[in-house]
Amino acid sequence: MSSRRDFMGMALGGFTALGGIAALYAMKRSWDPLPSVAAAGFTTVDLSVAKENVLNVQKWRGKPIFILKKTSDMQADDRDVVVGRARYHVSIGLCTHLGCIPAYLPAEKLFRCACHGGEFDTSGRETFGPPPSPLVIPPFKIDGNKIVLGEEGPEYLKMKEAGLTA
Amino acid sequence: MAHFDENAKPFSNRWLDDRLAINTVKKVLSTEYWIPKNINFLWAMGMVLAATFGLLVVSGIFLLMYYKPDINMAFDSVNYTIMTEVGYGWLWRHIHGVAASLVFLIIYIHMLTGIYYSSYKRGREMIWLSGMLLFIAFSAEAFSGYMLPWGQMSYWAGMVITNLFEAGSLELTGLVEWIRGDYVPGDAFLLRFFTLHVLLIPLVIMGLIVFHFATLRIPHVNNQDGEDIDFDEAARLYKEGNKKESKVIPFNPVFLSKDVFVLGIYFILFFYLVFYHFDFAMDPVNFDPADGLKTPPHIYPEWYFLWSYEILRPFPKDPGLIAFGIAQIAFFLLPWIDRSPNVAPAHKRGLFFWWFWILVLDMIALTVLGKLPPEGIYNTLGTISAIIFLLLGPALILITKLEKKL
Ligand code: HEM
Ligand code: FES
Repeated sequence: MSSRRDFMGMALGGFTALGGIAALYAMKRSWDPLPSVAAAGFTTVDLSVAKENVLNVQKWRGKPIFILKKTSDMQADDRDVVVGRARYHVSIGLCTHLGCIPAYLPAEKLFRCACHGGEFDTSGRETFGPPPSPLVIPPFKIDGNKIVLGEEGPEYLKMKEAGLTA
Repeated sequence: MAHFDENAKPFSNRWLDDRLAINTVKKVLSTEYWIPKNINFLWAMGMVLAATFGLLVVSGIFLLMYYKPDINMAFDSVNYTIMTEVGYGWLWRHIHGVAASLVFLIIYIHMLTGIYYSSYKRGREMIWLSGMLLFIAFSAEAFSGYMLPWGQMSYWAGMVITNLFEAGSLELTGLVEWIRGDYVPGDAFLLRFFTLHVLLIPLVIMGLIVFHFATLRIPHVNNQDGEDIDFDEAARLYKEGNKKESKVIPFNPVFLSKDVFVLGIYFILFFYLVFYHFDFAMDPVNFDPADGLKTPPHIYPEWYFLWSYEILRPFPKDPGLIAFGIAQIAFFLLPWIDRSPNVAPAHKRGLFFWWFWILVLDMIALTVLGKLPPEGIYNTLGTISAIIFLLLGPALILITKLEKKL
């Protein structure tokens, strides 16, 4: 008698648990980014118009992208994007601490984040405050004088392999 | 069929009692729910909280009738439609904003009262834990509500707080994007926080309030002297008519009338703020529409989150997150890190008295520093205050171990 009741209990419990797990999965999936959002396209930027030491901010997947044409006295860095003879710093303009947008101060030649005082140099490397890592370099592909954000070109893959992108 | 009186008039007391046992329910929940006499106005804060929650619900319902949860319409639906077109729309918005701010002030007073009088231990642990769950639920409610006007502070607070779930070096970017439903806060983000704010979290809060009340019923509220009252004996005296000798009064109507008096005073202050000083609850930066390409020069949360925000800020990323995590759960542990057997007001508990006031002052210091820009001397003071907060935990274990039994 009791074993029959146990069996009923376990069968009911088992099916209920299964249904519960399925429901949780559906809930999880409902919160995933929509396909249209996930496929959010590619942004192409013409670099030839950039001016030295002037920060150009573009939007890619809703995030700000920093493009800074370096002056000759700025330290060259393996993280630079080189097009012809010009060097550019290209990064996602969100502080690696908690995601505020750092401001570029052309006179001091550095990025400063207002939220908690973090600072980055013109190669996007953290130099002061809570940010734990350099500004992140987005996937990019060089196409003549243009840069395509969101596509992984050979220059990007090389940086990525060397662990320089984050 | 159970026993019941055929001749009772429909809906008369007798008729209802036969069907719903209303007389028993009334006794258990109100006329014979005993409250000690030796308590002060601080014991009315629970009811003040319940009433403020009521105001939040009513004002929220009216805001909901014109609010549009869409990133292109949200800002105008609040700042234009509700504030200028809807008749008395401004009233609901100001009540909602002022209540959201004051509810935290009262929660902090209520919690500190509990700490001062040792009302969190020796049989009252569940009251404390259910209260802490309410605190978490209210924090989530306040945060999700802050997203809705979709101003600059909404957007950037949403960005910074959801980024916390990256958990520092664990780099859980996928989790953050899952929470947002997007790479950055957008439509999906606004709608899901809207759903949480107007439906799910309020339901949870209502459930938790019922649970919090239930946890009070058996241990009863504490009192100013930490006295261990024999409620059965005191209730017997009261019911026999020896009201003077008895140490208790019934919740309804005797104690409730005192609660209502304190509520009256509170509402005068409350509506004074609603009509003349509502601006303290509205951040001017949030009157700029959200812009994902421009961070406001200073990002700070509403005042009631500043103390825990300031524990995050002075440290490098990972230690900062760990300190922040500890600050969020520290108060849950209170009944267990207090090792002393005494239930007594702090001024009778020796070093605990000092511990209590250092805690209060440190939380005030953290709150003030959290609002100041993170520069120079403020950074140093912030670090010191944050470290003091973290040390208060182990200090309490030590102090209460040494405490003599009263
Ligand atoms: C909006 C949320 C809350 C409501 C509506 C509420 C309501 C109440 C009420 C009506 C009482 C009885 C009267 C009194 O002693 O004030 C009470 C007692 C108590 N509450 Fe809350 N409360 C809330 C939040 C909290 C929080 C956040 C905590 C702390 C973690 C807390 C801890 C306590 C404790 C320890 C008592 C017992 C006091 C004693 O025994 O003297 N409550 N609450
Ligand atoms: S978000 Fe930039 S320093 Fe914290």
